[in-house]
Amino acid sequence: MERDTRRTRGAAAAARGLAQAVLALAAGIPLAVASVVSLGLVAAVGVGLALAPFALLAVRAFADLQRAWAAEWSGVEIQRPYRPEPERRTLPRRVWWILSDPATWRDLVWTAANIPVGFALGLVPAALVVYGLEGVVVAPWVGQVSGFGWGPFWPLRDYGAVGVLGSVGLGAAAVWAGLRLGPPFLRAHAVFSRSLLAPTRTALAERVRHLTATRSEAVDASAAELRRIERDLHDGAQARLVALSMNIGLAEEMMKRDPETAARLLAEAREASGTALTELRGLVRGIHPPVLAERGLDGAVRALALSLPLPVDVAIELPGRADAPVESAAYFAVAELLANIVKHSAARRAWVEIDHDGRRLRMIVGDDGTGGARVAPGGGLAGVERRLAAFDGTMAVTSPPGGPTIVSLELPCALSSPKISPSSGTA
Amino acid sequence: MRVVIAEDLALLRDGLIRLLEAFGFEVVAAVDNGPSLLRALTGHRPDVAVVDVRLPPTFTDEGLRAALEARRTLPGLPVLVLSQHVEQLYARELLSDSSGGIGYLLKDRVSDVAQFVDAVKRVAAGGTALDPDVVAQLLTRHAREEPVLRLTPREREVLELMAEGRSNAAIAAKLFITEKAIGKHTANIFTKLDLPQSEDDNRRVLAVLKYLNA
Repeated sequence: MERDTRRTRGAAAAARGLAQAVLALAAGIPLAVASVVSLGLVAAVGVGLALAPFALLAVRAFADLQRAWAAEWSGVEIQRPYRPEPERRTLPRRVWWILSDPATWRDLVWTAANIPVGFALGLVPAALVVYGLEGVVVAPWVGQVSGFGWGPFWPLRDYGAVGVLGSVGLGAAAVWAGLRLGPPFLRAHAVFSRSLLAPTRTALAERVRHLTATRSEAVDASAAELRRIERDLHDGAQARLVALSMNIGLAEEMMKRDPETAARLLAEAREASGTALTELRGLVRGIHPPVLAERGLDGAVRALALSLPLPVDVAIELPGRADAPVESAAYFAVAELLANIVKHSAARRAWVEIDHDGRRLRMIVGDDGTGGARVAPGGGLAGVERRLAAFDGTMAVTSPPGGPTIVSLELPCALSSPKISPSSGTA
Repeated sequence: MRVVIAEDLALLRDGLIRLLEAFGFEVVAAVDNGPSLLRALTGHRPDVAVVDVRLPPTFTDEGLRAALEARRTLPGLPVLVLSQHVEQLYARELLSDSSGGIGYLLKDRVSDVAQFVDAVKRVAAGGTALDPDVVAQLLTRHAREEPVLRLTPREREVLELMAEGRSNAAIAAKLFITEKAIGKHTANIFTKLDLPQSEDDNRRVLAVLKYLNA
């Protein structure tokens, strides 16, 4: 049993190594040449400005493939070291974003080095297996009738029985060695790739800077939020409850002497309690909408869509629930975007799509309104972006004049256990 | 009339028991969690149930789910759902089997005792009792639409009260006009919204809610 799985693993590793070897040449050489040529053109005549991003992004895609393989095949996790994409995706910004990133240059060095290294590491186990199989299966028979040979026995027929036994024995040994070497060679290649494709200390330092900035923004925002809640409670519900208990106390006093006034005071007290409750409800909704706690992002967004004065198509595909803070950030982001639509867009329809690709929560909010939405400092969209940034989330806005406006949000997160409750129907 | 109460806060549960018993209801069971509620509903088959949306063990919408589940086995079982907040989404789920006997009110409404008891009785009789907040939300969604825009302010008022589940007589009393005048307003509303006319109060309410929920 165990021998079997070991053998299959070895065979898989040999095949994977072969794929890597072939790619090291077939993808590596053209990519390296294209990158170098386009970069040369940037330096010489500037034409390369248009080409370089494509070539270098293709290198990135190739490197990403290797990162995925290293993780899947050898369990070697290689983080992506790239800087986040610029908000405004104009060509010069994109070119600068790619060229100024040290990770780009390390990618290029890797692509070049990988041509011999990846080829050699990938080819050896597969070659051993294939050549060994030839020694066992093909050489003994063909070698008897032609000038064919194998390994040290060349041509085979000159060696007689020794040649047959030798090629079968040595061939089997070669197959065994190829199968044994497959996994460690794959791993060696993964480790080699990690040395160039993983984030460096500078990249980590940059990440720390980014985290420090978003953390202090998040802390500031939540402190301001707490202050607002405190003020609302202090001036609102709390003050009303004081007045309420005063009214009730007065009514108690009046009960005997002036029952009519007592009844009026009690009616007023009931009204005041109603107002206080309405205020508290509004406040609670702003902190954490109850329907979000009860039904998760799915139900809360549907409930929100139903409460808006325009039809909102809702398509949500979530196999589980995210952590409460992420869920809350996602909900308030969508709520802010929908509120914007109602306030500014003059749209007749809006739509919300939410799904999860295994690593990220992806949300799209769109409308058929007048467009022209922009991320202005201090504006609603900037607020959404800031709130998402605390979770490493991103936002992209396309909103040409005349519409439509489409805002896509991404929040990296995992989903917890699949939901057991039945789906709550359409909004 | 036999009532089952589900409310996890002891203070509120005792208050509800006292209130309903003062008005001649017989409280056959008062439970504090979802599973016991489902057992009480299917076991006692009460004339009406008063149920809090959020209950243990999950503290999510346990009560609502138990009520819906019980109505699947006992169609039309009258349930009045109470909550600290009202959601159109939940109203829609409660009304989806359009068999009546449904109430959905904010907990605050209990403070108007007469109105609350009236709502419980209405639901027990197979009628509807929707919170004014839910109705307002329902109308907001249709506010920009042609048929609703064609209603006069008075007709809108009547529509709102009708959507809350009130009978013509109750609406007349509330608006200080004759029942006959209400009848005329209702006829106009039904023509403008292109709904089938009906003499039956409950059926009329359901027709209006179906329209607003579409």
